[in-house]
Amino acid sequence: MTSNGFPPARIARLALLGFGALVFLSPYIFMISTAGKTQSDIFTSSLTLIPQRWYFFENFAKAWSRVSMPTLLFNGVVVCLLILVIQVIVAVPCAYAMAKLKFRAARAMMVLVMLGLLVPIHATALPLYVGFDRVGALNSYVALVAPFTISVFGIFLFLQFFRSMPDDLIHAARLDGMSEVGIIARVIVPNAWPAITAFSIFSVVAHWNDLYWPLIVVSNQAYATPPLGLLYFRAAEAGDDYGALMAATLIITFPLVAAFLLAQKRFVEGITMTGLKG
Amino acid sequence: MAEVIASSSPSPVSVRAIPRSDADRHEARAAWMLAAPAILLTFLFIILPVCAVVTLGFTDFELGYSGFRFVGFENYAELLNDRTFKQSLWNTFIYAAIVAPVSIFLALGLAMLIEAEGIGRSFFRTAYFLPVASLIVAMATVWQYLFHPSIGPINALLALVGIEGPNWLGASSTVLYSLALIGIWQTVGFNLVLFLAGLTAIPRDLYSAAEVDGARSAWDRFRLVTWPMLGPTTLFVTTISVINAVKVFETVKTLTEGGPNKASEVLLFTIYQEGFVYLRVGYASAMTVVFLLILIVLMFVQYRIQDRQVHYT
Amino acid sequence: MSALSLRAIEKSFNGNQILKGVSLDAEPGEFIALVGPSGCGKSTLLRILAGLETADSGMITVGDQDLTKLQAAACNVAMVFQSYALYPHLTAAQNIAVPLVMRRLTRAQRLPLLGPLMPGQRQAVAEIKRDVRDMAVSLKIDHLMDRKPGQMSGGQRQRVALGRAMVRRPAVFLMDEPLSNLDANLRVHARGEIVDLHRRAGVPTVYVTHDQAEALSMADRVAVMIGGALLQLAPPAVIYDDPRHIEVAKFVGQPRINLLSMQVDTDGTVGFGEARCGLSRIDVAAASSVTLGIRPEFVSVSREGRGMPAKVERIEFLGSEIIVHSRLDQSGDTMIAKLTPAEGAGLTAGMPIRLNAAPERLFVFAQDGRRLFSTPVMDSDLRERAYG
Repeated sequence: MTSNGFPPARIARLALLGFGALVFLSPYIFMISTAGKTQSDIFTSSLTLIPQRWYFFENFAKAWSRVSMPTLLFNGVVVCLLILVIQVIVAVPCAYAMAKLKFRAARAMMVLVMLGLLVPIHATALPLYVGFDRVGALNSYVALVAPFTISVFGIFLFLQFFRSMPDDLIHAARLDGMSEVGIIARVIVPNAWPAITAFSIFSVVAHWNDLYWPLIVVSNQAYATPPLGLLYFRAAEAGDDYGALMAATLIITFPLVAAFLLAQKRFVEGITMTGLKG
Repeated sequence: MAEVIASSSPSPVSVRAIPRSDADRHEARAAWMLAAPAILLTFLFIILPVCAVVTLGFTDFELGYSGFRFVGFENYAELLNDRTFKQSLWNTFIYAAIVAPVSIFLALGLAMLIEAEGIGRSFFRTAYFLPVASLIVAMATVWQYLFHPSIGPINALLALVGIEGPNWLGASSTVLYSLALIGIWQTVGFNLVLFLAGLTAIPRDLYSAAEVDGARSAWDRFRLVTWPMLGPTTLFVTTISVINAVKVFETVKTLTEGGPNKASEVLLFTIYQEGFVYLRVGYASAMTVVFLLILIVLMFVQYRIQDRQVHYT
Repeated sequence: MSALSLRAIEKSFNGNQILKGVSLDAEPGEFIALVGPSGCGKSTLLRILAGLETADSGMITVGDQDLTKLQAAACNVAMVFQSYALYPHLTAAQNIAVPLVMRRLTRAQRLPLLGPLMPGQRQAVAEIKRDVRDMAVSLKIDHLMDRKPGQMSGGQRQRVALGRAMVRRPAVFLMDEPLSNLDANLRVHARGEIVDLHRRAGVPTVYVTHDQAEALSMADRVAVMIGGALLQLAPPAVIYDDPRHIEVAKFVGQPRINLLSMQVDTDGTVGFGEARCGLSRIDVAAASSVTLGIRPEFVSVSREGRGMPAKVERIEFLGSEIIVHSRLDQSGDTMIAKLTPAEGAGLTAGMPIRLNAAPERLFVFAQDGRRLFSTPVMDSDLRERAYG
């Protein structure tokens, strides 16, 4: 497929792809450029990418002081990590039992999983909110994490992966005297890293970006996740201080984008394997 | 060990029968233990809430008021006459009808261009995929700036060629299309990566066979090989794209709050407003049931189409 | 005029020369097997023939048509792929119909809904259906016509692939290891079938395989390709009995030919045990060290007497024959002998033996691999040389 030289068709193809990439990247370009502009610069010359006066520091300082960025990022990391760890701990043993052990409920559970795949958080949010309100658990990490501790998608993904693992591997482990928990810890998990990585990427991307549920259960800034924090920041910054807004945007977008750029091969594999998002 | 030795004796079946069923029972018990946390949590956070939503949909429950009564289908009857809800359904439909097909075909086209091109493959993939990995609330803010009627770069660009740009997010005639544009920007990379994986999985020999069989043009080879071989991928991408478009919320909440004049009111935003702002939980639950039914119908359609496709091996 | 002719075909990928000037002619109706180890360029040559790749230089003609620069679709060349490359979403009948649909219908006639409205479409489609039907009957796969490739066995898929290639009566028929995905039993059966089909179609066929047994048993002529060059093109018996190159001798024959490096004696002969052969004066002048090749079936074993002393290392009993692996006492080279069970009776591992070879069956190869002309030397000749 790779041909050397540049016939017209190939030049046209590259031009098309390049133009498309430019369009797709332009929001990032403007975000970075605007984060370094003064208010007057923004108002007068929106198409000039290089700021007339370098104002990066001032804008970042403003964004940093108005909203507690460290708290936001910390909350984001804690919530995503807690969700991920519990999801894996709950889903892996269940998927193993369904894939490799004989027990009567496996069929019924498969139906449950398939139905569960259909139900997004948006559908269960109302009763969950009422429930958390009743037990006084709003505005807490528990409220942010609990509904996502069960990931039927995770079970589904691991189930597919475990089914393709040879039964003999498990028989051999049993003959070696391992318990079922031992088999999961020492045989299944070490061999399931591709699936676990893929699921982790899927889970973190989904929950780092989620606005709906945090918006519902959190009204105290101390528990705000990044998307929610940015929403507060916008509300506080009524008016058009786009310089500071872009600086805040940049700070909040950066962690996941950096993670993606560093591990993009895994990201793409993960997305391809899970084939789902939020 | 006794079991192993016994199994080599002349009647292994009868000797092994008793310990065997014991092992089965042991295995089943272990399986239950391993699955128990997942089952419990599924009931707690999925089954129970779904049942509750369906039940609440038949009540006039409002947060802050104690007690409620069952009102039968009153909520649903109200939905039929609720102009906001109908507007919201229609807007969601229009949004999905734009975002899903455009992002699917754009992604397919780009994926084929990237697949055919030798150089820059991973650069292009990264560039188009970046929006998927970006915080959508943050990027929506950037788009708000880009779309800004007076200081935004898009209108500044249009002014260069003498066009007076519209008030993208501020006018009811354009707001839904502007949101759809953001939706497409956000979705293409994801679909693109799935299509690229699908394209890579097509055996090269099929293209050679198509050439030898007389498929002269690129279009003939696309019709004979690429399109049918991508069938399962396309179906999957389509389902996901439609479902995600129906679930649009973040951009609306961040940028327009359903406005102006309810022109960007979409399903999830309406449910959010009713349930968590006006606290009319019963009524919002009825809307949620409608939302769930839409998802179920979409999934059902996918399963039906998938069933009709013969499994390639 | 030959039915198919290749002239000095060269091809490089990324500066790596895959084909180094290959020339080949096929007579009408001839079956040519192209053999060689993997990576020798045989598949590339086939793809060039099919028009899937373009040669860097050289010329291809079929009949009087020059195919060199033509695209695959424009050549009247059919091909069976190793993976069969059947379209998985089409039934067997639809698969076989593809080349006819692509060639006989115009683009407008192929349109999904509008096609049937185009003039002449109905009749053309009916003809295609009839031709596909006939093909299926002749291949005895008419009962499979509604199945998709996923629902067929390997053997059935292979027949459908053959059908798809034959249905449009090509001028040249190419096959790329079409039997390699079948199990051993089916493979031997399918050899006969393909040869049969080839006879009936009477079209020159180029058949690529890495299996020398397949090549020898099926082809009219065998072309041995090694390292991008065509080393020999000859009927199977000639390839086996009269290899022109050491690589050809090594590649053909099972078990492999015995090869021994040795020095040419001062009298211009080389030999193994009692068997000796003489080389021409020119060759002797050019090379003092040569490689001697002896096929295992021409090695004889005796318990005592004259011959090369050796020790039996291992004996393989194969029913109709016995393979004796032994090691020469002097050089330490391994020698393989193929014996009848009667000849091999009583041999056991570790036993000292004497090895001899038939003098008229010695091949002598120069250091660059070329076969050197040699004549068997009789005892009387020896004496003559020594004393006269």
